[in-house]
Amino acid sequence: MAEPMGFYTDTTVCIGCKACEVACKEWNQLPSTNGGQNTLSGDSYDNTRALDGIHWRHVKFVEQFTDDRKDGRWLLMSDVCKHCVNAPCLEVCPTNAIIRTEFDTVVIQSDTCNGCRDCIAACPFGVIEINPVSGTAQKCTLCYDRLQGGLEPACSKACPTQSIQFGTIRELRGRAQKRVDQLQQMGEKRAYLYGADDKMLGGLNSFYLLVDKPEVYGLPPDPKMPTRNLKMGSWFSALGAIVVGLMGVINFRNRGTSENAGEGRP
Amino acid sequence: MNTPPSSTFFSAPPDWGWLIVLYFFVGGLAGGSYFLAVLIDFFGRPEDRPLARLGYYISFPCIILSGLLLTLDLTRPERFWHMLFDAHSFSPMFKAWSPMSIGSWALTIFGLFSLLSFLSALAEAGRLKWPAARRIRAPGVLGGVLSVLGGLLGFFVAGYTGVLLSVTNRPIWSDTPLLGMLFVVSAASISAALMLLLVGKSGGKMPGVRALHRMDAWVVVLELIVLVAVVISLGPGARAVMNSWGVLLLVGVVLIGMLAPLALYWRNLNATAAAVLVLVGGFILRLVIVFSAQGV
Repeated sequence: MAEPMGFYTDTTVCIGCKACEVACKEWNQLPSTNGGQNTLSGDSYDNTRALDGIHWRHVKFVEQFTDDRKDGRWLLMSDVCKHCVNAPCLEVCPTNAIIRTEFDTVVIQSDTCNGCRDCIAACPFGVIEINPVSGTAQKCTLCYDRLQGGLEPACSKACPTQSIQFGTIRELRGRAQKRVDQLQQMGEKRAYLYGADDKMLGGLNSFYLLVDKPEVYGLPPDPKMPTRNLKMGSWFSALGAIVVGLMGVINFRNRGTSENAGEGRP
Repeated sequence: MNTPPSSTFFSAPPDWGWLIVLYFFVGGLAGGSYFLAVLIDFFGRPEDRPLARLGYYISFPCIILSGLLLTLDLTRPERFWHMLFDAHSFSPMFKAWSPMSIGSWALTIFGLFSLLSFLSALAEAGRLKWPAARRIRAPGVLGGVLSVLGGLLGFFVAGYTGVLLSVTNRPIWSDTPLLGMLFVVSAASISAALMLLLVGKSGGKMPGVRALHRMDAWVVVLELIVLVAVVISLGPGARAVMNSWGVLLLVGVVLIGMLAPLALYWRNLNATAAAVLVLVGGFILRLVIVFSAQGV
């Protein structure tokens, strides 16, 4: 296996140009519009709105303005699949369409997926959706085909400010920590890394430098594995089955006596 | 910005819609009526055997319909077999920790059990001229083993769907581990109701009908207790049903589907109406659980 590869996204230098979105669509041959419909959000420069089957990169525009709109700021963040080390989507996929590659990334094989959509409900980040063209669940592949050819992913290659950086996880983590230290020294005390250690789902192979709470960026503060409920859910179901079974046994056994008692009443 | 009550609120809805609601209902009937039929076979009287047969008559068509609904719900229905066999190596596909994977196998195997019991019931009733089929009917050894295994599988089919919902990251579904239990209990209540409804006038001669009726009332009470436990276990995540879905849950499920039939039963009033209400409530319960979590 090659060394784990991934993205480090420094949101503080993102300028919202969306070059990553365009490069992603071009390389992966994703339709620019959904069935010819070009829908504008109408209240934001962000017209993509969310990651889905035909948007594998999405530049989020978090608009923080005061009510009188005299003061404000944009938080810009290029969102993508987090390629979790413990990936919830891969865990639940019943067809093994979702695999872990030699680069420690998570890829959905479109020729295997049958569109059950369990992975969509399992992803804590809302990354996966059905691609209407293929009819299968799709998301960022971290440009698996480019990686196999020794190239870097299209989005990081296109990023003009190095907000999206590609490399080995080990190297990216070091680089990201230096940047956090630098920002802290410059007075940006809110800077921190999201998903850069093993605590979150075993580590996110696409991690972020943020300057506000995760919720503000639409990221879950505490994402968990879906199977956390498996054991308890199964035990409770079995308990339900036992109680219902006992109710059945008692009722069908006592039937004779209570029936006689009923007949005995005037 | 309103802070969401749980990290599950950042996931995306899988667009499981009417087909899945219908599957949860029909699948519950398939598993529940089989289980009830097994109970009647083992603990009922000889006069009750037509009632047990009715359970098997309900179970088989329902499990076939379940498979069809699930296949239709896939965005690539022609690949339904990828659930059972690896698409590349054709080796069996099985992930013990993925409820959808185990559920696919449970449905398939239960379908086989359901078919055998269906045929044996037909043979016993004289509607199928196949003497061999009669031998796989309880209480014979072969029939007994078939019934016990089939009954356990039936409960699995009825309950795994709830566990499947909990093993995701959606609000409501994954904020409680009790949905499997709720679906198991509800499967018993709707199946008993449908059997009571279909047995009709001919049930007067069967003592098991009274017992089933009383059991249904008990199970509805249990279902109400489990439903309350589900809402409590959601904790702050319950905010997701504090809307029109919550109203539907309260009126459609608790009031119409549970309290009204209990009252009818208690007063020995219209038993047919009570059974219909239990079925309606069971359907609305699944409707609310499937759709409310996706509106978030």
